[in-house]
Amino acid sequence: MLTYSYAMSTAFQRIGEEVGMDIIVCIKRVPDTAEAAVIIDETEKGIKEERLSFDINESDNYALEEALLIKEKVGGSVTLVSVGKKEAEEVLRMGLAKGADTAIRLWDDKFMYSDAYATAKILATAIKDRKFDLILTGCIATDDGYSQVGPTLAELLGIPHATLVTHVEIKDNKVKVERELEGGLLEVVEIELPALFAIQTGINEPRYASIIGIKRAAQKEIQVMSLEELGLKDEDVGEYGSKIRLKKLFIPMVEKRAEILEGTPEEVSVKLTEILKGRGLV
Amino acid sequence: MCAASYGKEIFVLAEHRKGELRDITFEILAKGRELAHKIDATLTAILLGYNTKSFADTLRDYASKVLWVDDERVQDFNAEVYQRILSHYIKERRPILTLIGHTAFGIDLAPSLATELDIPLVTDCIGLDFENGKLFAERQMYGGKVNARVELRESPSYIVTIRQAAFKAEEVKLKGEIVKVESTLTEEIAYRRFVEYVEAAVGEVDITQADVIVAVGRGIKERENIAIVEELANSIGGVLACSRPIVDAGWLPKDRQVGSSGKTVKPKLYIAVGISGAFQHITGIKGSDTIVAINKDPNAPIFNEADYGIVGDLFKVVPTLKDKIAELKSG
Repeated sequence: MLTYSYAMSTAFQRIGEEVGMDIIVCIKRVPDTAEAAVIIDETEKGIKEERLSFDINESDNYALEEALLIKEKVGGSVTLVSVGKKEAEEVLRMGLAKGADTAIRLWDDKFMYSDAYATAKILATAIKDRKFDLILTGCIATDDGYSQVGPTLAELLGIPHATLVTHVEIKDNKVKVERELEGGLLEVVEIELPALFAIQTGINEPRYASIIGIKRAAQKEIQVMSLEELGLKDEDVGEYGSKIRLKKLFIPMVEKRAEILEGTPEEVSVKLTEILKGRGLV
Repeated sequence: MCAASYGKEIFVLAEHRKGELRDITFEILAKGRELAHKIDATLTAILLGYNTKSFADTLRDYASKVLWVDDERVQDFNAEVYQRILSHYIKERRPILTLIGHTAFGIDLAPSLATELDIPLVTDCIGLDFENGKLFAERQMYGGKVNARVELRESPSYIVTIRQAAFKAEEVKLKGEIVKVESTLTEEIAYRRFVEYVEAAVGEVDITQADVIVAVGRGIKERENIAIVEELANSIGGVLACSRPIVDAGWLPKDRQVGSSGKTVKPKLYIAVGISGAFQHITGIKGSDTIVAINKDPNAPIFNEADYGIVGDLFKVVPTLKDKIAELKSG
């Protein structure tokens, strides 16, 4: 998917001291609810997690793959950052197994209930003093769906961004990206590095980790940084540091619901065929 | 920070692309009008564009005022350029609320704008209301399986992005005032430049013209399994389409994708197989006459859109259904 011009190696020498790109990828561990029933818990602010499996957020996985592809092409490094409890290390380790160099987990119990804005603040604090050319994030989290952390982080760091990115092409000291608009239309924009791109699903084909990669990743240390180590204050994070507060989750009231056909596969198939026939659709 | 300090203005950002005002503009104008009425504020449409006098003329029917910036550098959407101009006018006029569409345009713009202004933002809202001086929003989580009520921290100004088709556009004739204002853009923004639009490639099958569509989604699990859905499509005389994850995985080409970033379809019959029905997909099928959904999760949002539903294992239901339809057709 990626095309690079020969001129780019000089571009990288200009950006960093060595040839290559230092890429930071922000990832999140989320429950896989696409094919599972979602049940609201007693607090009415969360969902029951016992029967759900967890994985790297879908678009974050594409962002990670894009970073690995760029690194393979031009050299450099891939650093993973995740705001999350201990369990977030599962997805960080999987990223290491696929080829990322370093992983950092940012957590403090005070981070609980941080909204997208506070989460971006936590990430910005961890990233701001690092050397980087490019930051990649997913364009939406499949759990809360705010699509907000990436561009907020870019603004906090004072770098340009593009969201919904479906193609990245590094050329003549600049990056040309395609953004996905509605109805299949694409927008091509040119952006100077350093920049942040919020990656859309489908941009590449995410790899699977190899057995050797998984073994190697198991040995690696994941740096954990707390509120104090990041130099943040209580009021920067959690509910205090957030601008929106989740009050309540509920199952939406529906105006209309499908007529559910009951029975065995045989019975429902007969019923549906009759209905379609009755309506002149078959 | 109390109710008395409310700005007396609500901003609605007009969205246009390739010479047309987009539907979302009229939807958020309708919502903005409702809220402006409730809190006794002025409704102001913000139009950034180049040679867009006709848009300003249209917008004045829907708002009390149209703030119109006419600048070649905002001819096409550019989040960085828009942010410079909008942040200036939000700081200057302090609207209580700025409404922006939750579109590819709004998603790119709103978060950095709100961050620069240090004001609360809530995205992708399907409900929004002031209650006792506080702003509450309703939005969806977990792919539309759960709704959430969120409260915005009290602030003199808020930004909210609104989901497409969440509110109905309304015809009104307000005959508002058009106020042409300075673009406030002093220098060129070199670090982000709009280059061009690229239209989607035309595929071999035009699913938008099909009378019968059988669409496959994530529930199919493996590429090889798509064959059973294709067989159903063949038996019923329909075309095969899909939801986004199938295209992302590279299992079917992009021209088969139904939804907000793919095609909008209007068949007589739409059968959704293993598609949970996230909003992005639903947007593309609303014009279908009859919708049938086959999904294993009884709470999948697709059943709120479908006319008929089968809750069950698609790997058992689809082949059986194919046989029954084939029998009917041969009989």
